[in-house]
Amino acid sequence: MTSLRGPNAVDLTLNVNGHDRSVHVPPRFSLLDTLRGPLGLTGTKLVCDEGDCGACTVLIDDRPVYSCLTLAIAAEGRRVETIEGLSQDGTLHPVQEAFVEHDAYQCGFCTPGQVMSVVSLLRAKPDAREDDVRRAVSGNLCRCGAYPNIVAAGVAAAKKKR
Amino acid sequence: MSLFAYARPKALGEALKLLKNGTIALAGGTDLITLMRHGLAEPDALVDLTGIEGLRGITREKGRGIRIGALTALSDVEASADLLRSLPIVPESLRDAATPQIRNMGTVGGNLLQRNRCWYFRDEGVQCWLKGGKRCFAVDGENRYHAVIGAHECWIVSPSDLAPALIASDAEVELASSLGRRRIPLAGFYVAPSGKQRKEHAIRRGELITTVRIPEKALERKGTYVKAMERKAWSFAIVSVAAAARVRDGKASDVRLVLGGIAPIPWRVPAAERVLDGTSLDDNACLAAADVVLKDATPLRDNGYKVTLARELVRRALRSLMS
Repeated sequence: MTSLRGPNAVDLTLNVNGHDRSVHVPPRFSLLDTLRGPLGLTGTKLVCDEGDCGACTVLIDDRPVYSCLTLAIAAEGRRVETIEGLSQDGTLHPVQEAFVEHDAYQCGFCTPGQVMSVVSLLRAKPDAREDDVRRAVSGNLCRCGAYPNIVAAGVAAAKKKR
Repeated sequence: MSLFAYARPKALGEALKLLKNGTIALAGGTDLITLMRHGLAEPDALVDLTGIEGLRGITREKGRGIRIGALTALSDVEASADLLRSLPIVPESLRDAATPQIRNMGTVGGNLLQRNRCWYFRDEGVQCWLKGGKRCFAVDGENRYHAVIGAHECWIVSPSDLAPALIASDAEVELASSLGRRRIPLAGFYVAPSGKQRKEHAIRRGELITTVRIPEKALERKGTYVKAMERKAWSFAIVSVAAAARVRDGKASDVRLVLGGIAPIPWRVPAAERVLDGTSLDDNACLAAADVVLKDATPLRDNGYKVTLARELVRRALRSLMS
């Protein structure tokens, strides 16, 4: 029989960017707060904390989700990927490179979320077209309005993959 | 958000045992977590259902219709080859329902059980009728998104895109609790809050949706889902129309017409469906049916536009069944 855990802090093991990490947080902690706090991964951004803006987008089992609406404890046993996990040995991920090349940001606060959404799209659909990219980032707000460049970066990254 | 305990059982039976007073079932969490952050749900414990494998997935059995597990992600419904082939109205209804992230997290059961979007209800500082207060503040307040028909003490609208599409497909929901199981038409699952019933769903304490079933006969109809939104990308419907009919030799029969966004429940008027029986779904027949649907509409100060919008969307949805 499965028993209740908490409500006070419990030991969790989260698989983040390919590594098992131990944390001690109460069940009410969001994945976002757990990433940014105990795990020190501040690349994932906190903005609305309501599932409206997309700045906190991470991948769970390859799919983009809002980490602000995900409980850390509910992410146990799943693969969590954040912006910090993309570059390999100091080399940017092709999607990150495309964002740089196309100047796909101004303030940069939404960028980690935008990048994660595009990375997930291209894994599922390497031949993605402009309409796919638009839909893929439709849950990521950019208040600077860098959308044309964000879409261009996504399309360019897809073209490189083809 | 106050403290709560948590469990993720692997079997339905275990989950049902854990669901008791003060406990709430968690699936995608996209609505529940926001309700909890605003103090609109204060569970002592959450029972996370996502570990129960048997409640996920879509099965199509020849002659036996379609079964959709309540934990199936909305994005999996949207992409289901079986549904796109046999019942496209259902994936179509989800295309603009919330963001990709929310469609990845949100589940079928959660979508059907989501709470309404009324800003008085969502405001933790407002004690409206639905939350046990004395009155509905929408009646003489800011009401451009509220109900135009079918409201009693509370003028919320049913926010689900999936519900009208499923009701137009004669869907039933299977419910389970530690006391047993029951199966009811999805249409009967929604109730306009009134009297002692200060909630939107007929689900009982300790009960879960396990499966949505669509009968084989519904797959013979052609269906469509149209939706008016404030912008081109994902959004809650201002008005939506799920329409389905059997079409043969240019004539429609066995019509289903269900509207979202206009009433506290998905709004279906069988008399309007009968008006369309045997017609070619021409403009006159469509508008006559729309007038039957909207006959008892009593818009508030700012939402009369919904009646005009609904009338035209009904026409467009029905007309498209003939193309």
